[in-house]
Amino acid sequence: MSEPRPRTDLTPLFEPRGVVVVGASSHPGKFGFVALHNIRAAGFPGEVYATNRDGGELLGAPVYPSVDDLPDGAVVDLAFVCTPAGANPEVLRSCARRGVRAAFIASAGYGEAGEEGISAQAELVALADELGIALAGPNGQGVVSTPASLCAQIVAPNPPRGNIGIASQSGNFVSSFMNLAVASGVGISRAVSAGNAAAVGIADYLEWFASDPETTVALAYVEGLTDGRRFAERLRAVTERIPVVLVKGGATAGGQRAAASHTGALASDDRVFDGVCRQAGAVRAASIEEAFETAATFATQPRLAGNRIAVLTTAGGWGVVTADAIHRSDLELLALPDDLRAAIDEKLPPRWSRNNPIDFAGAETRDTIPEVLDLVTAHPAVDGVVMLGLGIQSNQARLMRGGAFYPDHGLERIVAYHERQDGRFARAAAEASTRTGKPVLIATELAYADPDNAGPRAVRETGRLCYLSSERAVRALEHLWHDARHRARRAGS
Amino acid sequence: MTRTLAEDESSALLAAHGVPVAPATRADGPDAAAAAAETIGYPVVAKLVGDAIAHKTERGLVRLGLRDADAVRAAATELLAAARPDDGEVAVLVAPMLRGTRELVAGLVRDPQFGPCVMIGFGGVLTEAVADVAFVPVPLDAVDAAEAIESLSTQALLGPVRGEPPVDRDALAAVLLGLGALAEARPDVVAVDVNPLIVVDGRPVAVDALVELDG
Repeated sequence: MSEPRPRTDLTPLFEPRGVVVVGASSHPGKFGFVALHNIRAAGFPGEVYATNRDGGELLGAPVYPSVDDLPDGAVVDLAFVCTPAGANPEVLRSCARRGVRAAFIASAGYGEAGEEGISAQAELVALADELGIALAGPNGQGVVSTPASLCAQIVAPNPPRGNIGIASQSGNFVSSFMNLAVASGVGISRAVSAGNAAAVGIADYLEWFASDPETTVALAYVEGLTDGRRFAERLRAVTERIPVVLVKGGATAGGQRAAASHTGALASDDRVFDGVCRQAGAVRAASIEEAFETAATFATQPRLAGNRIAVLTTAGGWGVVTADAIHRSDLELLALPDDLRAAIDEKLPPRWSRNNPIDFAGAETRDTIPEVLDLVTAHPAVDGVVMLGLGIQSNQARLMRGGAFYPDHGLERIVAYHERQDGRFARAAAEASTRTGKPVLIATELAYADPDNAGPRAVRETGRLCYLSSERAVRALEHLWHDARHRARRAGS
Repeated sequence: MTRTLAEDESSALLAAHGVPVAPATRADGPDAAAAAAETIGYPVVAKLVGDAIAHKTERGLVRLGLRDADAVRAAATELLAAARPDDGEVAVLVAPMLRGTRELVAGLVRDPQFGPCVMIGFGGVLTEAVADVAFVPVPLDAVDAAEAIESLSTQALLGPVRGEPPVDRDALAAVLLGLGALAEARPDVVAVDVNPLIVVDGRPVAVDALVELDG
C-alpha cells in the first residue's frame, strides 16, 4: 500500500488572492483565451494577470511575456496553466519564484498520452512537491469557487453560489453538475475537474471540502481508483464530517474475478464498490441526475429524523403514485394519526382523503394549503413531507395570459391571484420546513415543463430544489434516510 | 497458485473463527461411515472429501437423506469409487441432514482494489444467477454487518417463511464478523465459500465450506 501523500493545502486553489493565466491566447477559440475570459467575465475581485510569449494586450489588459515579468508587488496565489507540457517545468519554477502556491494544469500530454506523457507527469509532480506548489490536473478543465467569484475553467457554465462541493475525474461531468445547478438554482461552493489527478486526487478534494465552511455536502464522480483501500478509509473520515454523494463510472465493466469460488465470481467491481460506500457512509447514486438531486437535497433540506413520510396532494393520482414509490423504498407512508386527521377535518370539507396521502380532492380554498402544511409538518409523527400539485393554477393562468382573451374579459385578477398563491405555497413549504427542521420536498414536472411557472420559480427563489417527479423526490428522501440511519448507528455503536 | 482445503478442514478453520458449522465425522470406509451415522442419528448426508475436491455438487459427490446403515454403506462405497486419481487422498464425510427452507451464501474474497471483503446473500445452486449478495470490506463491525444484510433485495426471505421463524440477524452478522476475523488472522486465505449456509430454526449453519489458500 502506498503511503498517503502529505496533506496539501488547497486554499490557494479555491481562495486565491490573485490569478495568472499562463499561456493566454489571443484566439477566442483556444483554452488559453477562454480561461482568461471566464475568470475576468465572472468578476474575480483579485488581481488577474495573463502571460504569453508575444505579450501585447488581451481583453483590455496587458499580457506579460512570462510569470517572471509580472509587475513588482503582484500578488498571485494561483496559476492557471495552458502552455504545452514541455514548457511547464519552467513555468512552475517561475511561478514558485513569484510566490504562486497552487497551479491548475489544463495542458494535456501527460499520463493520458503514453509512456512519454507518464514520465513527464511524474517529473511535474516531483517538481511541484519540491517547489511547494499544490498541483491540480494536469489535463483538467478547471476550478470554480463561487465564494471567491472564481471561474477558472476552459468550459461553462459559471454556476450560482451554494453549498455543494464537486470533485470529478471527468471534467465534463463537472459541467453537467453545474448545468443542473444553473437550471435548478441550487448552487455550488467549489467545483474542480481533477484531470489526471497526478498529485491531488478526489480524496484530497473531499478532505478539503470537509473542513470548508462554504461546503455542506460533497459530490464526486469517480472512475478508476489507484489505491481503493486508502480511498475508502479517507472517504469514511470525510463522511463523518459532511455527507458525500458518489457516482461511479465503469462500475459494471469487467471486474469479475476469475476464481474457483462463487464469492469471487460474484465480487464484481459494482458490488464491491456498493459495499465500500455503505461501510464508509457515503451515498452512492445511480446516475448524474440522481447524484445532483441528492446532493441538492442535503444542501437545502433539513435531515430526516425518521422515515415516516406524509404526502400532500391536490389530486388523487399523484398521491397514489407517490405512495407506491414510498412503498417500494425504505421509507414509510405514515398512517395518519387520529389527532392530525381531526385537525385537518377542521380545515377541509369531508371529501378530502382523510388518510395519507392527504388528498385535498380539490376542496382547498385560499388558505388551506399553508394551514394544512403547518399542521402536518408540526405533527410529531411526521418526519418528512412530499408536496404535489404546486403550479397547476399558474399553469391555467399561463394559458389565460397567453390567450386571445387577455387582458380583457376580467382575467387579470384571477391570473395574478393564481400566480401569487403558488408563490405563497412554495414559500410556506420552505418556511414550515425550516421552522420544524423537517424536509418538505415539492415535486412537479412543471419544474422542467415550464420553469417560469410561478410555483417552480418560487421554489427556486427559496433556494430549494423543485423535484422533477415524486419518484425522484422519494429517492432523494430515501438517501437522506439511509444517511441519517447510518449516522445514528455509528453514534450509538 | 492456490490450493483448497478439504471440507472438514475448511469447516474447522471457519468454526475456529466463530462461524457456526454443522458437525461432521470423517470416515475412511463404508463401515466407519455407517458407524458414524449411527452415532449422529438419521437421516444423514455423506460426501466425498479431499484437499483437491472443490465442487462436490457438480460432480455428484453428495448423497442426501440417508436413512439407515445400509444406505450409508452403499453411498460411501459409491462415493469412494467415484474418486479420481487427481483427487489425492479422499474420505467420506458423514453429517446430520439439516432441514431448512432457506439457503444462504457467505464468503470471503480478496479484491485487488479494496482488499479483503466478506459477502452475504442468498445461496444454493442458483446463487450466481440470483446474485442477491452484498459485500463488506474487512475490517468490519456489527453496524457494517447489519447494514450489509439489510441491503439485500429479498428481505422477505429473512422474515418468517413457511412456518420457520425469521432469520436471527445477529447470528447472521456473526457469520460475517467471523469471516472478517479469519481474513485478518490468516493472510494466506485468499477466498472462502460457505454455500449453502442453511437457516435451521432461524439460525444460520454452514453445511458446506471451501477455503482457498495461497501457495
